[in-house]
Amino acid sequence: MTELTNPSSSSSRAQFLLGMRLFTPVAISIAAYGLVWGVLAGQAGMSVLEVALMSGLVFAGASQFVALDMWHPGSLPIVSIIVATAIVNLRVLLMSATLRPVVGHLPLPRALAAMFFVSDEQWAMTMVEVRKGRGSVGFLLGTGVLSWISWAGSTLLGRLAGAFIDDPTRYGLDFAFTATFLVLLLGMWKGKTDIVPWAVAAASAILTAKLVPGNWYIIVGGLLGSLAGALVEMRRARHVA
Amino acid sequence: MSLEALITILGMAAVTYAIRAGGLLLANRLPTTGFVAAWLRHLPGAVLAALVAPAILKGGPAEWLAAAATALIYALTRNLFAAMVGGVFAVFLLRQLL
Repeated sequence: MTELTNPSSSSSRAQFLLGMRLFTPVAISIAAYGLVWGVLAGQAGMSVLEVALMSGLVFAGASQFVALDMWHPGSLPIVSIIVATAIVNLRVLLMSATLRPVVGHLPLPRALAAMFFVSDEQWAMTMVEVRKGRGSVGFLLGTGVLSWISWAGSTLLGRLAGAFIDDPTRYGLDFAFTATFLVLLLGMWKGKTDIVPWAVAAASAILTAKLVPGNWYIIVGGLLGSLAGALVEMRRARHVA
Repeated sequence: MSLEALITILGMAAVTYAIRAGGLLLANRLPTTGFVAAWLRHLPGAVLAALVAPAILKGGPAEWLAAAATALIYALTRNLFAAMVGGVFAVFLLRQLL
């Protein structure tokens, strides 16, 4: 344990490098998403600097995809983009909460700084190590830093490469948005418990889009759908119990 | 970069980091089971469904069929890239045909 409290120790460095090594295959798949996001960001009218800032500071893929869909330069719906970002990322509360045992021995400012890197894949891999009794701050940071490099680098690259595509609709590239979101959604499928929340989200979003101007349908559908999902899960749990 | 864009990005960064840090600070008070935990778990999927459904619906037959093709390719390959490229190619072809 003493090695872990001293970040400059060789053990902590070994953990950092181990995290990076184990995370490499995941980092490659993150880069594939990142390239797609970067190209789409160019289509949505985001500048290279905006892409760099958003990927570097927000560093949260799903919410950045949602923000792109709402990105209309000239009349940016600032509040709804920020609210949507919060809603998509709220689940991370539970992830960083479970990392308390890993960073609990650190001084609070340092522990909080390490939380910047918490993201789905990186958290999942760190928790696998924790369950094996091996999770450490070094590992958390190694996976986190590589994840950040992969996301920031690939989104920037995608944005730069996407600049060479002149008229997206001619090649059907405008459909890339819908196709990507659809695939991201299907990738989240965990089983029959997803049917009700997704159906409620879809139906209420379609209805809201017809009745309310702007992008509020995303927030309304997301909230109603997730609440429906939680209600169904609670009822099922009560039946079992 | 416009001021609006800067405010939006900084706002997104602030709420996202607040959530990441908040989880650690609230670790002992957050439920890991029950309604709130289930609600948080269902949020991302529901948000994406809310985003995708109107987008597909507002297209025409070409977009509907391409969406089906995208889903099919993803189900078969489990590959985001392949499904996206296939979907775009499908919409390109279908728009010529329909």
